[in-house]
Amino acid sequence: MLMLGMIARRVLGGLLTLLIVSVIVFVGTNILPGDATEAILGQSVSPEAVAGLRKALGLDLPAHERYLRWLAGLLSGDPGVSLINRLPVAQLIGPRLANSLLLTALTAAVAVPLALLIGITTAIWRGSLYDRVANVTAVSLVAVPEFLLATVGVMLFAVQLHWVSALAKPSIGSFTEALQNFTLPVLTLCFAVTAQMARMTRAALLGVLDSSYIEMARLKGVRPARLVLRHALRNAAGPIVNAVALNLSSLLGGVIIVEVIFSYPGLAKLAVDAVETRDMPLVQACAMIFCATFMLLVLVADICSILSNPRLRAR
Amino acid sequence: MSDSAIAAPRRRRLSVAGQAGIALVLAWAALAALGPYLAPYRAGDVVNVGVFAPMSAAHPFGTDYLGRDMLSRLLYGARYTVGVAMVATVLACMGGIALGILSAVRKGWTDSVLGRAADALISIPHLMFALVVVAAFGTSLPVLILMAAISYVPGSYRFSRALALDINAMDFIEVARARGERTAYVVWAEILPNMIVPLLTDFGLRFVFVVLLLSGLSFLGLGIQPPNADWGALVRENITGIYEAAPAVLVPAVAIAVLTISVTLLIDGFSGRSRTMVR
Repeated sequence: MLMLGMIARRVLGGLLTLLIVSVIVFVGTNILPGDATEAILGQSVSPEAVAGLRKALGLDLPAHERYLRWLAGLLSGDPGVSLINRLPVAQLIGPRLANSLLLTALTAAVAVPLALLIGITTAIWRGSLYDRVANVTAVSLVAVPEFLLATVGVMLFAVQLHWVSALAKPSIGSFTEALQNFTLPVLTLCFAVTAQMARMTRAALLGVLDSSYIEMARLKGVRPARLVLRHALRNAAGPIVNAVALNLSSLLGGVIIVEVIFSYPGLAKLAVDAVETRDMPLVQACAMIFCATFMLLVLVADICSILSNPRLRAR
Repeated sequence: MSDSAIAAPRRRRLSVAGQAGIALVLAWAALAALGPYLAPYRAGDVVNVGVFAPMSAAHPFGTDYLGRDMLSRLLYGARYTVGVAMVATVLACMGGIALGILSAVRKGWTDSVLGRAADALISIPHLMFALVVVAAFGTSLPVLILMAAISYVPGSYRFSRALALDINAMDFIEVARARGERTAYVVWAEILPNMIVPLLTDFGLRFVFVVLLLSGLSFLGLGIQPPNADWGALVRENITGIYEAAPAVLVPAVAIAVLTISVTLLIDGFSGRSRTMVR
């Protein structure tokens, strides 16, 4: 019961935070005087035309009513109409969201096993040359901008070697086609995420390795590899899953850069294009999707650490 | 993580990286301050009709997409990349530290309201926050600086609040309060001095994130606008050079990486063990 209560509180807290985020996004994008009518009609039109359009778009309502309308639309899957091509935002976002999910899912499929492997092996051989090299490499990789990795990748593998395409299409018709399209973007995204995730996995394992039951097992003569895999891993599982979820949330920033570099038709590319054309309804919707995804991952991380806490598992 | 048993040898090993980090950071700071005076050409000068020229004695980093000297462009760009990020980070940390200490000392509803606001801000991915701000306010130097500062206040706030809470619970604080010292004195003379070292490492880490955020935004074409260019914008300008393996596209990207890696290694050397944090 205690556990359920804690989880319920986290979920409620997350929803409240998301509500505040929606206020920030809405106020932020509406704070300047010039509104959508200007963007649609241009500046030199009759006041009557402006007034008519404002009424049609609901812009004559007071701010809090507009916010509530927008929020209701967002919740019912209708976040408005694009100012640029007058298409429903939901229709623009749908396929793009699917493409972005494909890209991030592929990245996670590569990054998570790799990070666990590196994290666990560095914990087994802690203090070894391998561990130290891996650590310095990881610290460095976290600080490398995505566009450096991407440009080097394109120069080497697309321009020099012609192995893969420099543009990424969201198509996985055949295995070779998938490799062609996804190798570079997925690798670029993987580097930083894998590095950070491996470091946190290692830290979580080392935290457990310092406990006294591990000391006991060590004194009984259990070998390091077995110590980590059989004795420590099970108790570190919660913190590790927590680290994985938290780090996946950091993909949300990298994916913006990567989609633009490889002209990948995903949600982030759509958001960047919308910012360039100042298509506010589209920007707002994309921002809310990103924030909701982020919240979800953090929530999953929180719930995992609650579930894995044996002190709460009593009943 | 209490790996104190192995902390000592590791600290000595990492301090080599730390020293290299200090040297590099000082070098970058000098470059940012003196860049325009060191540059062999003015930033806008077309010096070579050949575009995307390879490295040569006259142009150590080649020329860009208009035939301008890349070394000069880079030196002029340093003040945007290093300088702007520095100002934004200072603002972010000052705001975060002030609010964090306020939260820790006042507690009660001040703490709840600030904490809730920080939770909300921190759940907007930084680059997405930047996109929303640029969509709303356009892009200019003050907007970029304020945006980056606000974006990183919550992280600094959480960190300072946790630190200040720890220190606030210690005996010498209680002694000071029992002496009848006022809160302002306790904060200034007792709490703040004990936070300095962790705050410095936090500052460095946040500086790295701000550099990456701002250069990423410039790379998207939404940061520093032409004719000025920070290093991220230089990569964007010259991106077509990628098909000719031009140094013009690689050099600015490598410059950013060397800057951020050197600061990160410096922090790593300072703090003895590497901090693991997501954002």
